[in-house]
Amino acid sequence: MVIKCPFCGPRADVEFVYGGAAGLTCPPDDAGDTAMTDYLYRRENPIGPHRELWVHRHGCGIWIEVERNTLNHVITRTGPVGETR
Amino acid sequence: MRYSFFSLARNALAGHSLWPPAWRPAKPKTGYDVIIIGGGGHGLGAAYYLAKRHGIKNIAVLERGWIGGGNTARNTTIVRSNYFLTPNSNFYEHSLRLWEGLTEELNFNLMFSQRGVVNLCHSQAEIESFVRRYNSNRQNGVDGELLNRDAVRRMIPALDMSEDHRFPVLGAVIQRRGGTARHDAVAWGYARAADALGVDIIQNCEVTGIRTQAGAITGVETTQGDISAEKVGIAVAGHTSQLAAMAGVTLPIETHLLQAMVSEPVKPFLNSVVSSGTHHVYVSQTDKGELVIGGGLDGYNSYSRRGMYSRIEDITAAAAELFPRIRSLRLMRKWSGAVDMTMDGSPIIAKLPIDGLYLDGGWCYGGFKATPAAAWCLAHTIANDAPHDLNRAFSLERFRTGHLLNERGQGNRPGLH
Amino acid sequence: MRRPTKEDVGALIDPHTTLDFTFDGKQMTGFQGDTVASALLANGIDLVARSFKYHRPRGIVSAASEEPSALMTVRIDGLEEPNTRATQALLQDGMAVQSQNRWPSLEVDVFGVLNSASAFLPSGFYYKTFMAPSRAWPFYEWVIRHIAGLGKVPAEPPTGRYERTFAHCDVLVAGGGAAGLVAALSAGRAGARVIIAEEQSHLGLGLLPETGTIDGMKPWDWVGKVVAELTSMPNVRVLRATTVVGLYDHNMVTLAERLPALNTAEAQPRQRLWKLRPREIVLAIGSIERPVLFENNDRPGVMLASAIEAYADRFNVLAGRRAVVATSHDGGSLTALRLKKHGIDIAAVVDSRNAISADVAAALKAQDIRCVTGADVVAATGRRHVNGVRVRLRSGDVDMDIDCDLVALAGGWSPNVHLFAHTRASLGYDADLGAFVPGEAPLHVHSAGACHGVFGLADAIRDGLTAGHNAIAACGLTPADVVMPDITGGHEFQPRPPVGLPQGLNQNRVFVDLQNDVTVADIHLATRENYGAVEHLKRYTTLGMGTDQGKLGNLNGLAVLADIRGVEVGDLGTTTYRPPYTPITFASVIGGDKGEQNHPTRRNAAHRLHAEANAHWVNAGLWKRPQFYPQAGESDLEAVNREVLSVRACAGIVDVSTLGKIDVQGPDAIELLERVYMNGFRTLPVGKGRYGVMLRDDGMIFDDGVTMRIGETHFIMSTTTGQIQQVVEHLTRMLATECRNLDVFVTNVTESWFSCALAGPDARRVLKGVTEGIDLSPTALPFMGCAEGVVAGLPARLFRISFSGELSYEINVPSDCGTALWKRLLAHGADLGLKVYGVESMGVMRVEKGYFVVGREADGRVTPDDLGLGRMASKKKSYIGSAALNLPALKEPGRRQLVGLVPVAPGIKVPRGATIVEKGVHEGGAPPIGHVTSQVFSPCLGHGVALALVAGGRARMGEHLTAASPLEGGDVVVEVVDPVFIDPKGERLNE
Repeated sequence: MVIKCPFCGPRADVEFVYGGAAGLTCPPDDAGDTAMTDYLYRRENPIGPHRELWVHRHGCGIWIEVERNTLNHVITRTGPVGETR
Repeated sequence: MRYSFFSLARNALAGHSLWPPAWRPAKPKTGYDVIIIGGGGHGLGAAYYLAKRHGIKNIAVLERGWIGGGNTARNTTIVRSNYFLTPNSNFYEHSLRLWEGLTEELNFNLMFSQRGVVNLCHSQAEIESFVRRYNSNRQNGVDGELLNRDAVRRMIPALDMSEDHRFPVLGAVIQRRGGTARHDAVAWGYARAADALGVDIIQNCEVTGIRTQAGAITGVETTQGDISAEKVGIAVAGHTSQLAAMAGVTLPIETHLLQAMVSEPVKPFLNSVVSSGTHHVYVSQTDKGELVIGGGLDGYNSYSRRGMYSRIEDITAAAAELFPRIRSLRLMRKWSGAVDMTMDGSPIIAKLPIDGLYLDGGWCYGGFKATPAAAWCLAHTIANDAPHDLNRAFSLERFRTGHLLNERGQGNRPGLH
Repeated sequence: MRRPTKEDVGALIDPHTTLDFTFDGKQMTGFQGDTVASALLANGIDLVARSFKYHRPRGIVSAASEEPSALMTVRIDGLEEPNTRATQALLQDGMAVQSQNRWPSLEVDVFGVLNSASAFLPSGFYYKTFMAPSRAWPFYEWVIRHIAGLGKVPAEPPTGRYERTFAHCDVLVAGGGAAGLVAALSAGRAGARVIIAEEQSHLGLGLLPETGTIDGMKPWDWVGKVVAELTSMPNVRVLRATTVVGLYDHNMVTLAERLPALNTAEAQPRQRLWKLRPREIVLAIGSIERPVLFENNDRPGVMLASAIEAYADRFNVLAGRRAVVATSHDGGSLTALRLKKHGIDIAAVVDSRNAISADVAAALKAQDIRCVTGADVVAATGRRHVNGVRVRLRSGDVDMDIDCDLVALAGGWSPNVHLFAHTRASLGYDADLGAFVPGEAPLHVHSAGACHGVFGLADAIRDGLTAGHNAIAACGLTPADVVMPDITGGHEFQPRPPVGLPQGLNQNRVFVDLQNDVTVADIHLATRENYGAVEHLKRYTTLGMGTDQGKLGNLNGLAVLADIRGVEVGDLGTTTYRPPYTPITFASVIGGDKGEQNHPTRRNAAHRLHAEANAHWVNAGLWKRPQFYPQAGESDLEAVNREVLSVRACAGIVDVSTLGKIDVQGPDAIELLERVYMNGFRTLPVGKGRYGVMLRDDGMIFDDGVTMRIGETHFIMSTTTGQIQQVVEHLTRMLATECRNLDVFVTNVTESWFSCALAGPDARRVLKGVTEGIDLSPTALPFMGCAEGVVAGLPARLFRISFSGELSYEINVPSDCGTALWKRLLAHGADLGLKVYGVESMGVMRVEKGYFVVGREADGRVTPDDLGLGRMASKKKSYIGSAALNLPALKEPGRRQLVGLVPVAPGIKVPRGATIVEKGVHEGGAPPIGHVTSQVFSPCLGHGVALALVAGGRARMGEHLTAASPLEGGDVVVEVVDPVFIDPKGERLNE
């Protein structure tokens, strides 16, 4: 894959490290165990478009958000975290 | 027809025209007591054990494509039970014991060969860590031994044992009862045995919906029509999240890519299964002569079964660090499988929060070796509507209570398990 | 045999340069330009291999990478490659070629007996037998393994260089036939950067047999002109003997280039693997001729018609004297006519159709070539080599025998869709061609010519131009003016395979997959047993699983299967085409990635000094760290004991540069620390440090270390050596997500600093003499204090932290000052008893102090409370992991908790990696209740001490348990004690 880093431009996949699904927010401590374990463990795991985090480890070192199709790896959008929606 | 040397000889004289189908081609009936979704080793095995051990006769296995065509077809065929955590080692040891009698039980040569699974150690810390794991195994009744450098050299003559190696081999541990099996045969063997017990094995039958009423299962919708069922078991590695979603359940699973490859066939070169954590690679040789080489995950969610090329380079380079002589061999074929990685690296064999719905999934890398025990436990869980002691820890609730089985200690980062 | 060279010189050979080589030890000669296959044929060698399963005699079948049979071990110049295709290996002087998988020789192969026993060895026979007695399976398997396999793994790794190369282009053209040439030409003229890769050693070889003209030229001359133009263009790179082997995501393509194994130019690698990401890909890899099925169709002398012609055209080699052509379309007859021109007598053309085109029939007649229509070749005769064929009319079963020494197979042409299928785009089925063709093309991929299902010279060229234009347009370039050339003459024909198999064949002797010995009977058997799905067929019979990837056999196998099942081939689908297109050496995949190039050694600033001090090295990730510094005659343990005692009695220094150092700066830095550490940092004053523990969000310990506040908004965080990257990314991830409003910069500064710890009761005395501008008194620089100043004449940061439990200073200087600091400290401290110590000794001291380390005690499954740090966790704030700590399982009293263990018997060690059980429980008696995480011999205490995680361990102080090591022997009864073995009150480090 080629991932277009919003800061460095298109780069080979080997420069990046995956960080899992984007948009998960840690619930407050008093939200209860269900909310917490949902956040920790439950994943939509879709076939198709998936918003996810990658870090440009061997580049600028910045975390970015990528929208990528998990079936064919077509990347539709990349940008700074929280700005691809 | 019973398979044996004599039946083979008799049939040879008849031009092999009398062999019956290994399993009947079947069309779905309107309803079954139990439907198993997924005609891989796990699903077919579960159907077999339901019929054989639990006396359930009206069973169907629904397979989207051809049986054994999912991860049963795409793994690297390694069988072992040397897990650190007690629930894992108990379960996989049960599996290994089933493997040991399975060829005979199914009357189908699964070519299960206990050629030994060797974990190389490239540092004192690695030796210590494996000694810790293997001591725990031994205490749990799982076999294991420590090998010094000389023993490793004798056992694996092809290994580069030079002391000036970047990461020299200092020793190894071995589970001699571990080994490999012929992966496709596992699906076919279970299919044939289940079929003989009356199980309908229905290919090209994709489940498109799961029907429930008042929180209980009523049946499934398929590309071959609706089929009712009192109980439904799901065993669909690579699509577990999708099937569970049909029943409204979101699982603690991410689906990742795992690649593997084979070399061109060569004369006997490597007898045992050799694995190196330092190099992230494992190598074995098939009976046909191909070297089977596998390594780590690609590391991102994917269902594409088209892995990234750089991983092939990593795995190849790693294998050649251990076995420099293979450099002049050729890479013949490489493939990738979609593996369902749970958030703690251990599987789920459990009731789902819908009455009559059961799941066998989240096998990470371990699904093949688990086949007999997973099928056995799934059958038990379906028949009794309750888990067996062996799979009690593989519940879905553990992701609510925190009783995780974190074999590698990597936490909720599936790409690292 | 080779024809006399005077009249017709083969296109690829130089008859003036002869090369000596051996085949199975026999001396032979060939010409420069020969392949091993052409040279063997030229020397009259027809038997070149034995088949995989039945050890049947096999000859050369093809002239390219689809070759199923002619696999050999090739040796030259320190290189030995098994399973090499004779059809692809360029002959070189001094080459030793050896046949494989036969014993004792190719002619006399005792395993040939398997052929006689083949009735007992149908597909999948091994699933049905070898089961009893079950103990015997290892023996059966040993035999199977030794019979299986092709070549042998060479005794030594290959010498010479293998190269991996990146290149860039706009348009990659795979295949240098007519379609590929014009696609490359139009892209090149349009100014695109073009790479054209051809598997053969010359482009356009497929045009050699063409009889018409292109732009008034002979087709071969036209090829020369186009290639010359391509070569002259600076924006075009022409790669010969280069196979496009794999298409991957996002247009990543791999190419395997075969260079002559014997390189006169030393700079040349043996093989080169290209990695490209072209913007557009034109696939023009042609088609593969389809074999015709009949009994004993595997005999040496049965070859693809196109291959027979190729050997004549390219190498001036005639594969036989008298041929029968078995075909099902006009192309077979046309080939026959050309073969006759080459001097091969044509005994007959056998065409399965009832009628052939009138002009073709007339041409055959004019050449006096017998043509039998409505008939099939049903068998080849001859034991070691074909000596004739039996022909049967479709109208009845009148058989006739025709003598020949060559059978030319012309069963149609199948578009080569392998590479297209790597994209996972779907294939269509063309019933006229009886073959699969590319379906809808994915983005950036254009098929052209025969691989696109477009046959005939003019049509292929037109298709190539279209593909070239489309690729150029997709690159945003203006298509250049390349007009369709004027093509005259030549015969157009529609290739198609025979319809069905003739009746009455002995199916056991009709080979569909030559490499794996899969017969028509095997396909019948598989279907009968319900292995009739294409993938089942492949896996049950091994059809197409050989090193040729089923290039010749698969379609015929599918046709047979479709026939049996009464369905269309198109409805069966295909098995998955997987990279590589043709096998490639591991060496070329690896390139230079071996040893140091694969895992570079990281050496820190003082590496040389450690080496001079006789450091015993240990790998820590990629780092080399001194483990200890043995003196003459010392055992490892003695060295460590000496170092430990020396530090505890006086002072020592250890290099800790590899520990992570992260610079955290910004107005909100404290907020970030408050969020990631479980303990509070808000009250930390400037000039002081605090030990902190970080959790993962699931509540388990992630990392630990001391963070120093060196300014109001400036912190230096330390991490475990192996976790630097993970911690940095943990922090930056926080800043990118939930803490994105914080104004903080996080920088990994590990490699900017050289760090060493100076520890021991005399540490202050040693340091005093070399420190300027820092008050070292305990009140001015207490435990956990930090200061900046000059140490040993170097700008330094001084952190008073300790991992040994002794009074200790971590001295940080810029990394280029590392050697100076180390030297000066030792020079200055020598008189005061200062000694060096290594990480092993450091480890002994940390176990004596009961400090945990990440990866051992903190193994990713422990909470702070498990390690006895529960009270350290802040109750006043929310931090990463705090919510998860409330989960029921994380609060259970029976969790494994950190304890100390000492052997009850005097003077012994606790076994490494021991498992903990109740006293008296034997191996297998009950599950473990814990495990030893670290164990050392404490030279200060004179016995072993260990840290362990034991279920409910803190409540079991003083109890006796067994530390068992079934693996290494020796159960040791231990007492559960507090994990701090030395100086529990911490008086030494606070001194």
